[in-house]
Amino acid sequence: MNEHLQSIVQAFQERFGASTYEFRGEISLILRPEHIVAACQSLRDEHHFELLVEETAVDYWPEQTPRFHLVYRLRSLKHNLILGLRVPLDGNSPTAPSITSVYANANWFERELWDLFGIHFDGHPDLRRILMPYDWVGHPLRKDYPLGYEEVQFSFNFDEINVRKPYAQE
Amino acid sequence: MTTETEITLTPVSLDEIKHLISERAIQGETVLLNMGPQHPSTHGVLRLLLELDGEEVVNCIPDVGFLHTGIEKNMEAKTYEKAAVMTDRLDYLNNLGNNLAYCMAIEKLADLDVPPRAQAIRVILTELQRISSHLVWLGTHALDMAAMSVFLYCFREREIILDIFEMCSGQRMMTTFFRPGGLWRDVPADFEAAVRKFIKLFPERVNEYERLLTKNPLFLRRTKGIGVLKPETALQYGVTGPMLRASGIAHDLRKAQPYSGYDQYDFDIPTFTDGDTYARYLVRVEEMRQSLRIVEQALNKLPLGPVRSNNRKYVPPPRSEIGVSMEALIHHFKLWTEGFTPPKGSVYVGVESPRGELGVYLESDGGPKPYRVHWRTPSFTNMQILPIIAKGHLVADLVVLIGTVDIVLGDVDR
Amino acid sequence: MGVEQKLGNMGVVTVKLEELVNWSRTNAMWPMLFGLACCAIEMMATQASNYDLSRFGMELMRASPRQSDLMIVAGRVTRKMAPVLRRLYDQMPDPKWVISMGDCASCGGVFNNYAIVQGVDEVVPVDVYVAGCPPRPEALIHGIVTLYEKVKGERIKDWA
Repeated sequence: MNEHLQSIVQAFQERFGASTYEFRGEISLILRPEHIVAACQSLRDEHHFELLVEETAVDYWPEQTPRFHLVYRLRSLKHNLILGLRVPLDGNSPTAPSITSVYANANWFERELWDLFGIHFDGHPDLRRILMPYDWVGHPLRKDYPLGYEEVQFSFNFDEINVRKPYAQE
Repeated sequence: MTTETEITLTPVSLDEIKHLISERAIQGETVLLNMGPQHPSTHGVLRLLLELDGEEVVNCIPDVGFLHTGIEKNMEAKTYEKAAVMTDRLDYLNNLGNNLAYCMAIEKLADLDVPPRAQAIRVILTELQRISSHLVWLGTHALDMAAMSVFLYCFREREIILDIFEMCSGQRMMTTFFRPGGLWRDVPADFEAAVRKFIKLFPERVNEYERLLTKNPLFLRRTKGIGVLKPETALQYGVTGPMLRASGIAHDLRKAQPYSGYDQYDFDIPTFTDGDTYARYLVRVEEMRQSLRIVEQALNKLPLGPVRSNNRKYVPPPRSEIGVSMEALIHHFKLWTEGFTPPKGSVYVGVESPRGELGVYLESDGGPKPYRVHWRTPSFTNMQILPIIAKGHLVADLVVLIGTVDIVLGDVDR
Repeated sequence: MGVEQKLGNMGVVTVKLEELVNWSRTNAMWPMLFGLACCAIEMMATQASNYDLSRFGMELMRASPRQSDLMIVAGRVTRKMAPVLRRLYDQMPDPKWVISMGDCASCGGVFNNYAIVQGVDEVVPVDVYVAGCPPRPEALIHGIVTLYEKVKGERIKDWA
């Protein structure tokens, strides 16, 4: 691991009590939700992580504590480093603080997370659905949401499905 | 199971977007105008809600999602190798680049090696794809400014590149040519000659586009000083790719964190400091030339050897082995029925797509299907800059600004 | 002893009204400039220099549905887009035709999931399906020529 990154990780372990996760040379800090804004602020202003690369989530359903992991990835152009942050969230309708005040492009990422995962962000300026229709029910990327498979029409079951299939008329 | 779906159009109510528009719109001083999802210059199915004061854009609220395909969810339901076909259809101008990012993520997750020949061919094909993507961008961007001939010229050259892809893979666009651990198969014998022909022909063609546009007074009036993006704003909004480079920050993942052997090739990162539409045009045109340089170098030192890894736990054995080796037959059967099972963990891989940083976050739970795939797509992030750079410009300029961000709606909505 | 012989070289052709109308419809069919996804890029390639769709009387893509006769549904139709698509179809004046271009528009293609309408024929009536993911420009041209054949076979008594 890079020395600079090592020092940052150490500082964060002391300051926020963060644990670390390392796999294939990528390092992630595991933080508590209440620390994420301060951590991002510090990373941007003190450690030159200028770019928020991505913000996403993983659903560990049926596990409940934690059910979700928020995944942040920050890039430093100055030091040419990349750092991941993970925030575990409990329960079926979790809430996390929004980091839009630190990184402006978190806006759409968080809207997407609200839309597809149902994670609520406190302090977000414009938390609406972004990808799904406005009146959609449910959050599709959750693991308990079905894929929505529709039976495929082949020649052997053509008639059977044809009866049920709604075709548009003039 | 067929689901009866009620197809109704639910409009956005004014209450929902009240916090986004100015006070004047509610009092009726400015006009709210809907643009899209069917509009010739939105480059797909983008919808914009505009707040206009006469011809001037006061506010621009993008409404995306009209092409949300559920690719991430669908990939979770397929095995790693089968999910690769989904990647082509994300950013449909950069199909091979998407393949590359996904394959690199699997290779990182599984610690899989890629033979040098496969890496060199990957570089050649992705750089050709970058040129073809920029050609579509240039053609449509000029078309938005009513320069029809550039569009016709650009598509003429794009066909040559697509012919090369077709020669390799049998498909023009959705090639899925890159597979975990290498390539689907080796390139055909006349591949080199075809690429060399293109390398010889293309520089003159770029000059031709430049002759049509670079000093064209109409083009200059439409692009110079339009949509200026300051470097600090660009960073704050996570803008990457040519847009960032046109604002004066020379960040390119091919140089910053070289992958797939990009460190062996000598090329420049075109950077301009103006940050306007014209600078972004210059960056992309210059990038086409640089890509061609990379292609030429990679072709000159194209090594011989296998094009797929020898790791039989991940890569199916060749046809010739199956007939003589029981073990190969078992591997073949296991790989095509169950799929391979990478170790538990999560990786992130970022590559430089024609639009910016294309990233794949891949998480494995140790099973044969990806547990979570997230695509960090450049258009989605870059799109957020549109309201900022459009503010205060005319509606006619907005059309140009949508073009200059170079969005692909498949990439935005996934 | 037809009227052709009587008229000689006066430059007059006699034809059934039905055939005349159908012929003129096929030779100036204006498609709607409307792309959804990947297939739209191939549709643009069909329009561009190499394949030159204007050979078939189609150089004019109309951006407004009110001026177009043909809707080429080029790409996957999502549940969010389907109502918009239907509204565009309703705005087109009669007679109108629909080509479903590509696998996604025809049957959902590889995307059998919550977001995609499994075939645009659930939303608008389709005349010609073009297979391929995406179809080559030649395939699209073939689809258009097939549509012409269909239009040429239309009967005057069916219009009313």
